[in-house]
Amino acid sequence: MGNGAVTTQGATQTAQWTKKDLLGLRDLTPEEIRLILATAESFREISLRPIKKVPALRGKTIVNLFFEPSTRTRTSFELAAKRLSADIVNIAASSSSLSKGETLLDTVKNLEALKIDIIVIRHAAAGVPHLIARHTGASVINAGDGAHEHPTQALLDLLTIQEKKGRLEGLRVSIIGDIAHSRVARSNIWGLTKLGAAVTVCGPPTLIPPHIEALGAQATYDIGQAIRDADVLMLLRIQHERQEALLVPSLREYRLRYGIDRERITLAKPDVLIMHPGPVNRGVELDSSVADGPHSVILNQVTNGIAVRMAVLYLVAGAAKSEALDDE
Amino acid sequence: MTSEALLIAGGTVIDPATKRNGRFDILIENGAITSIKPAMKAREGLTIVDASGKLVLPGLVDLHVHFRQPGREDKETIETGSRAAVAGGFTAVCPMPNTTPAVDHGAAVEWARQEGARVGLVDVLPIGALTRGQRGEELTDFGELFDAGCVALSDDGRPLADSLLMRRALEYAKVFGRPIIQHAEDFALSAGGVIHEGRMATVLGLRGIPSESEAVVIARDLALAELTGGWVHVAHLSCSRSVELIRQAKQRGVRVTCEVTPHHLALTEEAVAEFDTAAKVNPPLRSEQDRQALIEGLTDGTIDCIATDHAPHTDWEKDADFDSAPFGISGLETALGACVTALITPGLLSWSRLIEALALNPARIAGLNGHGLATGEPANLTLVDPDEEWTVDPRRFVSKGKHSPFAGRRLQGRVMKVIRRGKVVGP
Repeated sequence: MGNGAVTTQGATQTAQWTKKDLLGLRDLTPEEIRLILATAESFREISLRPIKKVPALRGKTIVNLFFEPSTRTRTSFELAAKRLSADIVNIAASSSSLSKGETLLDTVKNLEALKIDIIVIRHAAAGVPHLIARHTGASVINAGDGAHEHPTQALLDLLTIQEKKGRLEGLRVSIIGDIAHSRVARSNIWGLTKLGAAVTVCGPPTLIPPHIEALGAQATYDIGQAIRDADVLMLLRIQHERQEALLVPSLREYRLRYGIDRERITLAKPDVLIMHPGPVNRGVELDSSVADGPHSVILNQVTNGIAVRMAVLYLVAGAAKSEALDDE
Repeated sequence: MTSEALLIAGGTVIDPATKRNGRFDILIENGAITSIKPAMKAREGLTIVDASGKLVLPGLVDLHVHFRQPGREDKETIETGSRAAVAGGFTAVCPMPNTTPAVDHGAAVEWARQEGARVGLVDVLPIGALTRGQRGEELTDFGELFDAGCVALSDDGRPLADSLLMRRALEYAKVFGRPIIQHAEDFALSAGGVIHEGRMATVLGLRGIPSESEAVVIARDLALAELTGGWVHVAHLSCSRSVELIRQAKQRGVRVTCEVTPHHLALTEEAVAEFDTAAKVNPPLRSEQDRQALIEGLTDGTIDCIATDHAPHTDWEKDADFDSAPFGISGLETALGACVTALITPGLLSWSRLIEALALNPARIAGLNGHGLATGEPANLTLVDPDEEWTVDPRRFVSKGKHSPFAGRRLQGRVMKVIRRGKVVGP
């Protein structure tokens, strides 16, 4: 551990991070996930200091390569990098550079030539981080690829649940909303089930993908059932554009059938947690009274996001370093 | 034409046309087969081709290839495609008309045939466009296209959505006794899809293409073929429901033929794992249950033939994210090995049935006369080592398309020699 700022006593002693990249939670073992969470726990305290900075990644260059607009994830990675003393550059790439004839791999080769250590990438197409990781020696962190995975979001969700409930094993988590198009749902299903929680997904059939049970989750169309059984309710954003694809007749219809409001929340366990990856579509999937109510841990999720991203940056940077030493 | 005389000696001849299956020598003179006997004596001036331990087959025929010329010569040309066909054991291929411009008029058919003849490695039998510019709006001049030498009509890649136009096409094509080839896909159901709508689509977060997008169009076309008495040939079947629809239609006497690709017989959606764009193909690789149904359809004769849908692309297009990469597999050079490995090795299909599907039936559908190993026929034949195992390395493909989901896999069965009109043309 560099510079004495970080310890990972909570981690399983045998766990060690060896991966160059973080592409998804499907690829990780339970031990690897616990290692990230334990590392994040030890980083959490740094953000509470008056001087919120440790020199762990001094001299490392990180690029935030975002092909989709994002404020919170990009900012969270940027702050995480800065609190570890890394240099970070934001590139808001549009897919228009591709229409000019430059391919994604051209962009990656250019970054390679700029001697970047870590690429944090978000892209509307599933699998882009995997494509890039195969073609660069830099570490690649998936900050959301299409409807595939958003591993750091799921990790911060796990950290938040663990913080509030003291455990993950044996908990029942209901994920409610547009499961079919959600990378957050997929990463959470992998992460939660690997750590022993039971996941139910809930929404109208048009928003539940076929074969969801293959990921290890149960599906229900009954919102009451999803609420009653749950220790955690994780709401997903219902996107306006999905209406055009005829997936729900209207946002009003969705709110009436599946929205969590003052009345529906009374079905829940008294100590239920309300989570949302943000930004909240107030008055659609979540009523303001619930989003801002006593069960809500939505802002804790945001705070934990920085700790989790510090942990991930730190671990992949360490793995890349030991790989380089092995080569020598 | 060659005046050289060849004796193919010591091989096992498998020819479904003449129902030969056994040890025969074949004498070839002036480009034609002049004698087939259990054993022949060598004489002076005769070149002996030692075929012992090999299978001697009629030249394979591929009803479905994309040679990209004119328009995308960076992906393939008639010349490079012909070479790839020979490497795969084929002596005749039918290029699809979706070039730029489309093959929707007689001169385009004539040019493709002439270019095929200039290259001189395989018979190039073009398929003409069904509608002008393949826009699905007005029919092409069928008579002009057939007079120019095309063997079938298709808007491959762009299924004909308009039911009335499809009805008229099937009716009018009856004049010529040639099939309308349909790429069966309901674009409204498959919109945005890049992978089979199944387990892998959900795991990878990719938009699925349901099997039903194929089946609903086949159901309509079978109804229209029944209505009109026209001949519909369904391209690249991919799912169990399609097999079942065609099985029932054949029982009712509907004039329908169909094909399946080697990759749909050998692989499933699992081949796409970790976003391998080499396995991105349309129709998509489907479930194991679909694969089994396709094999069953091939066994019981519901499926007439195996066609590669050889669809080469450039590296820069395929080395993209899964959504952006084009559909298509470079399939000519792995076709035989993939079929042997998936069907013959596990004992699911006999060699004679395989060769029916790879040579005799596609030849008949393409209107090639004869195409059997009989005296007087043109000497088009393929020698295969049925036991040789090899590892697929797409970088060594003859085709310009270097993308294959079989990359790195071991295949059994290798093409050793291809003879066209009595001349050894490869590989």
